[in-house]
Amino acid sequence: MDLNYTAEQIAFRKEVRSWLEQHVPARPLQSFDTKEGFEQHRQWEQTLAKGNWGMVTWPKEYGGRGCNLIEWLIFEEEYYRAQAPLRVNQNGIFLLGPTLMEYGTPEQKARFITKMASGEEMWAQGWSEPGAGSDMAAIRSKAIRDGDEYVINGQKVWSTRAVFADWVFCIFRTDPASDKHHGLSFIFVPLNAPGVTVRPIPQLNGLPGFAEIFFDDVRVPVANRLGNEGQGWNIAMSTAGFERGLMLRSPARFQETAKRLVALYREHRNDIVDLSIEDAVVKSFMDAEAYALATYQTASRLMSGGKIGPESSVNKIFWSELDQHMHETAMSILAARAELLPHSSAAGDVGTWLDGFLFAQSGPIYAGTNEIQRNIIAERMLGMPRK
Amino acid sequence: MDFTFTDDQLLFCKSVQEFLQQEVTPAAVRKSWELDTGRSDERWQQLVNLGVTAMLVPEQFGGLGMNELDFVLLAQACGQVALPEPLVETALVATPLLATLAQRDSRCASLLEKIATGERKIAIGHAANNLVCDAHVADFLLLPSGNQIHLVPRDQVKLVAQASVDPSRRLFAVEWSANDETCLVSGPEGVALLAATLNRGALGAAAQLIGLAEAMVQMTVKYTSDRHQFGKPIGSNQALKHHMANCAVKIEFAKPTLYRAAYTVSKRPVHADFAVSHAKVAAGEAALLAAKNSIQSHGAMGYTWECDLHIFMKRAWALDKFWGHAGFHKSRLHQWLMNPNAKIGADKTFGEQVA
Ligand SMILES: Cc1cc2nc3c(=O)[nH]c(=O)nc-3n(C[C@H](O)[C@H](O)[C@H](O)COP(=O)(O)OP(=O)(O)OC[C@H]3O[C@@H](n4cnc5c(N)ncnc54)[C@H](O)[C@@H]3O)c2cc1C
Repeated sequence: MDLNYTAEQIAFRKEVRSWLEQHVPARPLQSFDTKEGFEQHRQWEQTLAKGNWGMVTWPKEYGGRGCNLIEWLIFEEEYYRAQAPLRVNQNGIFLLGPTLMEYGTPEQKARFITKMASGEEMWAQGWSEPGAGSDMAAIRSKAIRDGDEYVINGQKVWSTRAVFADWVFCIFRTDPASDKHHGLSFIFVPLNAPGVTVRPIPQLNGLPGFAEIFFDDVRVPVANRLGNEGQGWNIAMSTAGFERGLMLRSPARFQETAKRLVALYREHRNDIVDLSIEDAVVKSFMDAEAYALATYQTASRLMSGGKIGPESSVNKIFWSELDQHMHETAMSILAARAELLPHSSAAGDVGTWLDGFLFAQSGPIYAGTNEIQRNIIAERMLGMPRK
Repeated sequence: MDFTFTDDQLLFCKSVQEFLQQEVTPAAVRKSWELDTGRSDERWQQLVNLGVTAMLVPEQFGGLGMNELDFVLLAQACGQVALPEPLVETALVATPLLATLAQRDSRCASLLEKIATGERKIAIGHAANNLVCDAHVADFLLLPSGNQIHLVPRDQVKLVAQASVDPSRRLFAVEWSANDETCLVSGPEGVALLAATLNRGALGAAAQLIGLAEAMVQMTVKYTSDRHQFGKPIGSNQALKHHMANCAVKIEFAKPTLYRAAYTVSKRPVHADFAVSHAKVAAGEAALLAAKNSIQSHGAMGYTWECDLHIFMKRAWALDKFWGHAGFHKSRLHQWLMNPNAKIGADKTFGEQVA
């Protein structure tokens, strides 16, 4: 154990910091759930890509820097410290990217990864269906083989960023006689293909952050399938491991929120009469710190050859509940002003807390609900009986 | 940057852990309750033979010259079996204090040599605790008096036994009077050593608390898999699964705080207060939740003397308050964080590190 950064790691941090200082937009971008904001964020992705900062852990041939996980954590720390824009293509770069590298053919990697990294093509994730939420194996949308093509019919829902994205990666039933997690395949669909209809769904903040996607005899080449036919479930589970595990929510995001929370508390300290609030602030900070430590521990373990296991479920519960707790605490500090939208004249310094509070409500739901994660921990990590 | 234990550290821990799991069964713990002292000399000698009392003794005094980071996994393993003997207080708390003083004080040096070989035993008091654990089996006591630390032979003090809810714990009020002869250190240095001792004590308690939490979860998983109601194992009910999953989350996120604390105590002791308090609070929460959810999942059986669960629960309840209760450690965290100059932020998890 050595909790000192090496000279190279410190130099890397400096390099990241100075690049971000020069490039992060001075004014915050508009929400990526608006058309304009989406395009602003796409441009930011292109800026990142030009500097080779899009996905630092990816191999150089795909526009990355071949960084290890510790360097990735350093990058993320600097990224959130600099208050750089959120990653509009996170479904692509954090989830599909690593999956493609593991399961993709050389042609698929060449075709899809490069454009994903360059910010040219934005991705949505199409797994959930009206009848397949927590029970994802209940997927019914079909992709039926017809020569060199699949013909797709069905419906996906809650697909994040799908309103403005270019592609969606889906799980479809390719064997209509199958059930549960058999007979599913992992297939890419361009969202401008004939027969695709995207219907925006406004979220709590009123913006269309996700969408319903209808497929009506949509044809895609067989080459758009990732892995073998029928392998979809296994591939999806490995993607879900990335999602819950390490990549989607790096600790820096929560540490910076915790830091803002401490600042907010210090500012309002003299007006606060609820004695439990300071405790909640300290607890938030300690938990964000614990999440960082746990991630460094996992990263170190993975770098010496370990694999990510059920800890991804433990992580997912921890960060999503931490995020909720931090935002609840901020709302308590803001008290009666907490309900005000930031443009109201009486809103004062409510800033983005309300937005964050709304979004924090979804953390325990997306990426597999926390109840499902608790089932996984109890059964697979602790060995409690399924039935 | 590497947040893993070395293969040597893991291997050493594993061998001791295997010994503990085999020898310190709940039945063995109950047997020691029957003994006058509550302590097994034989088991202590076995631990000495494994080298664990020598671990933190410097090499020049016949020890292995290891540090707190090398020991922390063992302390966790002691918690996993609820070891009655005071290994953690001896090896992790008293020994490093003696080692600091041994260069200039021959009493400490010779005592260290004998602790390593098992010829002498030591107990340690601290203002945070009032009472002293295992003073009755110690040859010498390390005792605070204001800013002084004294080394006092047991026959120069009067011990008044205080009964704990945990039948394994043997606590004593110590009546004694300080004199120049027994004084090892005083003044600012004494204050600093007492503070370092508190951190090591809290580190050891935190490690044991996490071990105890793990043991309670393991017991409960087994019990709820075996016990049937409504024609199926009670552990197949989601309410019980989620009780245990919640414990697992607490435990898994307390561990890295513990390991950081052990690292900090051994490598950057000036920054240890914050890291240790974080670990003690997190470990205490994990252990208290494990106790609460475990007894609930056992039903009435968990409320009995017969069920082994209380061996672990009671230790957890006691250690959560020992070497600084949650309030003490939280207030240290509050003070640190509310200081306007506190260096916080995503890039400062391991302190400010610049080239
Ligand atoms: C902001 C957001 C973004 C999303 N983005 C995407 C996306 O990009 N692509 C995509 O495919 N999906 C996406 N989702 C969907 C998400 O994956 C699902 O919401 C999630 O899997 C839960 O499914 P559900 O909403 O149908 O809830 P349900 O499955 O109906 O669950 C409702 C409640 O019942 C509980 N429950 C269900 N089954 C069990 C059980 N066995 N044991 C205990 N409790 C149970 C759940 O935990 C939950 O509390 C997104 C969701 C949100 C909120």
